[in-house]
Amino acid sequence: MLDVSSLTKRFGGLVAVNGASLTVNEGEIVSLIGPNGAGKTTLFATIAGFLKPNEGSVVLDGQDITGHKPHEICRRGMVRTFQVVKPFAGLSVRENIAVGAHTRIAGREEALEFAGKIAAHVGLTPLLDQSAGDLTVAGRKRIELARALATQPKLLLLDEVMAGLNATEILEIVEIIQQIRDSGVTILLIEHVMQAVMKLSDRAYVLNYGEIIAEGSPVEIAHDPKVVEAYLGHGASERMKSAGGADA
Amino acid sequence: MDFLGISLPSYSLETVFGSAISGVFLGAIYALVALGLTLIYGVLHIINFAHGTLLMLAMYAVFFLWSVFGVDPYLAMLIVVPGGYLFGYALQRSVIGRTSHGRDEIILLTTLGVSIVLENFALFAFSANERNVQVPYDFDGIDLGVVYIVWPQIAALVGSLLITAALWCFMRFTDTGKAIRAVAKERQGARLMGINVEHIFAVSFGIGTACVAAAASLLAPTYAVFPQVGYLFVLIAFTVVVLGGMGSFVGALVGGLVIGVTEQIGRLYLGESLGLITISAIFILILLFRPTGLFGQRL
Amino acid sequence: MSMLTTMSTGNMQRIGWAVLIGALLAAPFAIHSGRWMEFIELTLFAALLGQGWNILGGYGGQYSFGHALFFGTAAYLQALLQYKLGWSPWLTLWIAIGGSVAVAAFVGFLSFRYGLRGSYFALVTLAFAEAFHVLSRSLVSVTEGGRGVQLPLNQDPEQALATFQFTFAGPFLSEAGYYYTILIFLLIGFAVTGWLNHSRFGAQLQAVREDEDAASALGIDPFRVKMSAICLSAGVTSLAGIYYVQKFLFVDPGIAYGPGKSVEALFAAIIGGVGTVLGPLLGSAFIHIVGEFAKETIGAMLGDRPGVDLILFGIILVLMLAYMPRGLVGLVELLWRKLITKRGGGNA
Repeated sequence: MLDVSSLTKRFGGLVAVNGASLTVNEGEIVSLIGPNGAGKTTLFATIAGFLKPNEGSVVLDGQDITGHKPHEICRRGMVRTFQVVKPFAGLSVRENIAVGAHTRIAGREEALEFAGKIAAHVGLTPLLDQSAGDLTVAGRKRIELARALATQPKLLLLDEVMAGLNATEILEIVEIIQQIRDSGVTILLIEHVMQAVMKLSDRAYVLNYGEIIAEGSPVEIAHDPKVVEAYLGHGASERMKSAGGADA
Repeated sequence: MDFLGISLPSYSLETVFGSAISGVFLGAIYALVALGLTLIYGVLHIINFAHGTLLMLAMYAVFFLWSVFGVDPYLAMLIVVPGGYLFGYALQRSVIGRTSHGRDEIILLTTLGVSIVLENFALFAFSANERNVQVPYDFDGIDLGVVYIVWPQIAALVGSLLITAALWCFMRFTDTGKAIRAVAKERQGARLMGINVEHIFAVSFGIGTACVAAAASLLAPTYAVFPQVGYLFVLIAFTVVVLGGMGSFVGALVGGLVIGVTEQIGRLYLGESLGLITISAIFILILLFRPTGLFGQRL
Repeated sequence: MSMLTTMSTGNMQRIGWAVLIGALLAAPFAIHSGRWMEFIELTLFAALLGQGWNILGGYGGQYSFGHALFFGTAAYLQALLQYKLGWSPWLTLWIAIGGSVAVAAFVGFLSFRYGLRGSYFALVTLAFAEAFHVLSRSLVSVTEGGRGVQLPLNQDPEQALATFQFTFAGPFLSEAGYYYTILIFLLIGFAVTGWLNHSRFGAQLQAVREDEDAASALGIDPFRVKMSAICLSAGVTSLAGIYYVQKFLFVDPGIAYGPGKSVEALFAAIIGGVGTVLGPLLGSAFIHIVGEFAKETIGAMLGDRPGVDLILFGIILVLMLAYMPRGLVGLVELLWRKLITKRGGGNA
């Protein structure tokens, strides 16, 4: 469904993403993980059209969308959420979601009604008439998710939807994401909460210093020495082995 | 030559050169007015719409010091500069600082509101009449051959250069100056280092207003004062500041000179009235194509 | 309970609108003082300016400081085409609207194409207004320059409608003709903002106002939305220019492109409440009442000197920005909600 090949994004002399390639197949949940500053969000922004890549291509459903504008990409069925949530603070929760719904629905009443249905999926029904600016972090993350869903995407890019949530809230959102996948939406997500990555993803990519250093099932990834070193520093994998405590 | 259907006159090189020279003197004044504006922008990141009205008030102060007490306009600087500082400090602390939360256009609106209040106060208190300071030496000067320069123009040029240099030294070598630069660069960090950021904001606003007060003294012998004079100057000052780069002193100086020369040459070719279009045109072009100006964003 | 209150609020709103529009339509029959009718007319005029600004500034979040551009362009086209070419005002009206929208498209294209936001957008609109100010003053062969354009007064009642002039239009229209003109124009402005509140375009425009990146992630093209908004905004503002010329039969560079009209538009919209249908009318009514009051009291004390009203407006603007960013509409809503919760609490 999504084919990213040798994507490179430079800011001046800094190479934020360096020849990254990844594939997401229809119906999968794929995770993109990596240490802070690895370039995950930049990669996302480049895939979704917010940044123009210096090299490489992005192909969605067989069509080259490299360098297209975000709104065009959204209309083709790929939508992203933001790590730093961006609720439309002056609008109610229902109106927020309706903005997404309007991508495919012209009528105001229909869009608002559809927003109500989407809200039910992500557990926002009780908050529908509240101002989006008044919500807690958990609520804002859900708005972010709901708005993206309301555009009726084929592929959903989720940027750290669990950051800042407590354990219960994480469990709830993991369940919501599984339901979204079951409803036929393919998902690529950036996540720091490893427990969620393990539980959710079919496959995972590891990004470090702008390069993809590993790919595989979550379990394979967790045992990959390169990955352990990327997270814990050079030599960590050796030390853990010799200590006999390398346990994922 | 032809511009918008109006045929342009052709002039001798001397005439053009003369215009350019008087443009330099004019530009020095613009630079001085813009200096305070660029300082305030550099530190507080606000565009002070009231800057022109502050100039207008200071010009009235100079005028009344002259007409009531017989104080020479240049000597009046000793009074209006500290006065301007105090007024600016108080204005930032009591009014502008209070709305400084939120979006930048809201702050711009606040300063617009302040300028409307001050301008109409002047209209109410002093009427719309133009007033002129008359000094005995205002028509004496030097004949440069291509153009005749009067002493007040020379004083304005020299004064502008001196004040820009003084401000530069102040920012470089004094503790307050260093604190201002620290706040301009990184206000959170400055706060953590124990700098009273609110105080520094008000100090910067005060210094910016003091600059404009000094400009008022230098302007007084050659310009009439009336309530709307500030509006004319604030548009020019904005142009100078965006041209030179918001927050840059050198930029303000160079920008002022460029605008002064362009305006004079524009007036020569396009006429007194249409010549002013050059300023708006530069302003628009710079905003659209190079919003960081010629000298980027340095303080 | 919350459903009930929202429903009753909705009905209340509908009734409120009916009463307001009914009262405005009936005003000429009830008020026979020429001075008061003039007062209301000017209030509606400023409300229309504010409403035009509000479409772009309030709903779109693009604060223009140069809305005089759209007022002035319409006013000049309306005046010049009648004056120079003798065209019918009913024809020039469409050209005035079109010209104003064309200027908006030009300014909008440049500003939004090059990504000007916030204060920079405000400044560039101001600069464009100033450029037009200079041009209208300088291109004397086209605009008559600083003297301005004076349209001939029609004194023939038969020709009143054809010339769109009501001064000698017979017993009723000479009193109320201009009033109904500005009222109809304002109702058009209301209709546009009302539509913004209940349409896809309005929702997308508000989304762009709140966060452009998030909006574009959700399939909205911010450039297209802002372009539409500035054109719509100019279209509504141009109506004020047309009214002005037909009413006063005069326009000059200062009236058309000076900062006055831009500021009047800002005052009405911001004091009333940005991004609301009723805000500009409320704001305009408020400042006109305050202005009138100031003239009666302070003017009487200190002599009738210019400036007093604008001093007060400026102070009100600054206070509003500092303490009541949602304007008078926000204040009314707050009071209304308090009232509801009090009543609701009593019932429960």
